[in-house]
Amino acid sequence: MASLIDKSPCEDLLPIITPGAQLTEAQPGPVTSVAPFKGRQAATARALAADGLGWPEVGRAVVAPAGRCLWAGRGVAFVTGLVPQGLEDLAALTDQSDGWAVLRLEGAQAAAVLARLCPLDLRAAVFAPGHVARAPLGHMMAILHRTGAEAFEIWVFRSMAGTAVHELAVAMQALAARG
Amino acid sequence: MRITCPLCGDRDRREFTYYGAADYLNRPGMGAPAEAWDAYLHLRDNPAGATRDLWYHEMGCAAWLVVNRDTVSHAVLSVRLVTDAQAEGGAA
Ligand SMILES: [Zn+2]
Repeated sequence: MASLIDKSPCEDLLPIITPGAQLTEAQPGPVTSVAPFKGRQAATARALAADGLGWPEVGRAVVAPAGRCLWAGRGVAFVTGLVPQGLEDLAALTDQSDGWAVLRLEGAQAAAVLARLCPLDLRAAVFAPGHVARAPLGHMMAILHRTGAEAFEIWVFRSMAGTAVHELAVAMQALAARG
Repeated sequence: MRITCPLCGDRDRREFTYYGAADYLNRPGMGAPAEAWDAYLHLRDNPAGATRDLWYHEMGCAAWLVVNRDTVSHAVLSVRLVTDAQAEGGAA
């Protein structure tokens, strides 16, 4: 068996640091998409509760010490940080661990950087810590999770990692140049 | 034009993909006569006013939506999830 080298999606691309913002790669651990079968959402929520999680409300995240459950679309959530157990008969499950590049954008200018690429109202009073959205990042489909007042996690398809880093870097540099 | 997705909120229409008339939700049953299939596939109203279409929130939550809009004023009159519209019975 060949010895294969495990590379992260943004290997060699990050970190990028500008005045007011820094972009790093997050390592969220395993990612499982969970889509409850018809009428099984409550049972799915109970099963997730065994891991300290639950079913997220629309546009929200459930955050526990062991992992997170992010709303990811209509009838879909992503469990990350742990592999959920006991859902086999309740939901359609897909291992997406290697499918996403996850970026962490932090700093006083983080929201201003993201606003250059993402047409959401990113003011903390509207898109608050703990909120999640599916929205475009440039032309890319993304999942956004505001993890703090000045911190965002940005999920894009792994194949888009280079483009996402490039576009965010251009926005960071342009904003920094304004001083 | 902006569409207020019931899940994602107010978004630009470029986040959505247009499919066609909401008539596509009313698929004839098995054994329906050819006339019913002809109407389902080909016959469309062309209203000057309220019209109901199917849109897909491709860049957002991936939900199918019934969008009721006015072809004269371009106003979006209502937006509902297809699943909600169907749960309330036929009149999506
Ligand atoms: Zn939506």
